[in-house]
Amino acid sequence: MAVNLALIEAINLALKSEMKRDGNVVVLGEDIGRNGGVFRATVGLLDEFGGDRVIDTPLAETLVAAMAIGLSTQGLKPVAEIQFSGFMYPCVDQVVNHATRLRNRTRGRLSCPMVIRAPNGGGIHAPEHHSESLETTFAQMPGLRVVAPSNPARAYGLLLAAIRDPDPVIFLEPTRCYRLFKQPVEDDGEALPLDTCFIDREGSDITLVSWGAMMHDTRLAADALAEEGISAEVVDVATLKPLDMDTILTSVAKTGRCVIVQESPRAGGWASEIAANLAEHGLLSLFAPVLRVSGYDTIMPLAKQERVFIPDTERILKEVRKVFEAAPKG
Amino acid sequence: MDSNHSATRRVASFEIFYTQFLNQDGVACGDLPAFAQDREQLRAMYQLMVRTRAFDKKAVALQRTGQLGTYAACLGQEAIGVSIGHALKADDVFIPAYREYAAQFARGVPMRDILLYWGGDERGMNYESGPSMQDFPLSVPIGTHVPQAIGVGYAFKLRKQPRVVLVSCGDGATSKGDFYEAVSSAKVWNLPIVFLVSNNGWAISLPFSRQTGAPTVAQKAFAGGMPGEQVDGNDVIATRFVLERAIERARSGGGPSLVEAVTYRLHDHTTADDARRYRGAEEVEAAWARDPLKRYKIWMEASGNWSAEDEDKLQLEATATAEAAAQAFLKTESQAPESIFDHLYATLPKNLEWQREEVAARGPVGSHA
Repeated sequence: MAVNLALIEAINLALKSEMKRDGNVVVLGEDIGRNGGVFRATVGLLDEFGGDRVIDTPLAETLVAAMAIGLSTQGLKPVAEIQFSGFMYPCVDQVVNHATRLRNRTRGRLSCPMVIRAPNGGGIHAPEHHSESLETTFAQMPGLRVVAPSNPARAYGLLLAAIRDPDPVIFLEPTRCYRLFKQPVEDDGEALPLDTCFIDREGSDITLVSWGAMMHDTRLAADALAEEGISAEVVDVATLKPLDMDTILTSVAKTGRCVIVQESPRAGGWASEIAANLAEHGLLSLFAPVLRVSGYDTIMPLAKQERVFIPDTERILKEVRKVFEAAPKG
Repeated sequence: MDSNHSATRRVASFEIFYTQFLNQDGVACGDLPAFAQDREQLRAMYQLMVRTRAFDKKAVALQRTGQLGTYAACLGQEAIGVSIGHALKADDVFIPAYREYAAQFARGVPMRDILLYWGGDERGMNYESGPSMQDFPLSVPIGTHVPQAIGVGYAFKLRKQPRVVLVSCGDGATSKGDFYEAVSSAKVWNLPIVFLVSNNGWAISLPFSRQTGAPTVAQKAFAGGMPGEQVDGNDVIATRFVLERAIERARSGGGPSLVEAVTYRLHDHTTADDARRYRGAEEVEAAWARDPLKRYKIWMEASGNWSAEDEDKLQLEATATAEAAAQAFLKTESQAPESIFDHLYATLPKNLEWQREEVAARGPVGSHA
């Protein structure tokens, strides 16, 4: 039976569900035990599964990542939480020099089936270093999977898939959407695929591509376009790596127009990777240049100006209009 | 700080102990441990030391003649590897840095694999036999592997397995945050971990006196609430004794500890280094007097456990073994180019299939000279 859940509740449900199903799943991180995590993603886990499997760690992010690596080499399935994306940088060394490589280095003898979860992006008026978008940092690392769900049902199904995956997964949760809306989620234990984009809504005039929290604004933009008689297809690239270009190319082959929306800085972002792939493989289906909507190539501003940085519906619609100016409908 | 002030009292104090059985002249002092009564064990330890040194010499020669990539020699530190190899049990896990080849050999890593690794072939980390099958591959980034021992030790504890993880690093690694995060947290869960620091005096060109203001590495254990001690890392009997004690403490629920094995890097940092740029010949010469092999051989002969005949035989055998490993390495066929994709993920994502196909279709390409 489906229950209406916010995204953070769906994360909690997925953790509970998988910990019940698989005794090898352990969760670890700072303040995740009695406190239930700073966003309450792990609330109730300590009481249900005990302190051996719900591990409050010392305040040391390198340790959290390294410990997850050690646990995973022993056949456990650690799900580590980093409190905010800006605190993930100490994990980068562990992830890029060890977690992503151990299978390759040992020709398959050892591996790291582990998940590092963290909230990603801004929009909640948090302090400095709490609002960064790190997906590109991780998406460039070979041997890794990077997932960025955009709604409760996908957060549930993708987290199950991430935990069950035999390789390391970075799971970036849209901070701004943790409690933004609810959606029916069924605790059916069904994992979603980790290599396929979701067609969030079908359309025929333009393809809007996004992921994570920006999916929310992208959906609003699609609503606004619908009122103008423009039918937008919205693609949710919830599995950023490996990147499923087939779904995007198929959509663009149908619509001939594409705008990609990301919150992270512009240069070298994942939108650029998608745009480059469209240039290589989809140019002949395009009526107009592919445009990007993104954060700026600046430091993430503090709370008062974070909305200057984070794209909104207005900025998305502005780029969409440019596309239709270049290639009018019909 | 005025410890005599009436308002100030002592809340903790620490002492650091140092263990040595064999002095640098091979003279034994103190009551030797039980294993020193076992002639076969003593001989096996000596044989492993000599074989490791012969291997090390061969590896350097291969590099100097353009047949091996950069190699990190273990010259002068063989006693530590031998001690790890003899102190760990088969079920334990070893997380090495990169100068503990003797331990790896003892745990089943073929000499050829070490050459494959430094020759630029990942298969040199796919240990296929013995206890090494559950060991980590050697770790080139300094100290980053140390906190991974926390996860391994935690897994043993969670499953109530009587297993121990030994993680080794050098003195340079003890300056890194990774090391401290591990040392600081191990006792929180009373994990079955032994931290072994081979303090060889030099981190490439930086002497230990410039690495830290602390006079010992051992004392860093106290910051994490666990025992720390020093041992003469060039005395194989002392090093094995101290490691076994630490390992059994960990196995029996006594928790983690740190062992600082004081040794000396007789070789350059790697074959790409020239230590003459930063340290004097007199220092190295003096260190040769503390050579772990020399003193052990003297004692083994004096205690009737080794003879000149044994020595001649072993030297020939060790050279031949190293030579055979070199031949096995040189004869190993290259991996197929597309193998760079084959262990990236458990299953190659479909978006990478074309890249693998392109590499496979192109076929082998020559390596750089």
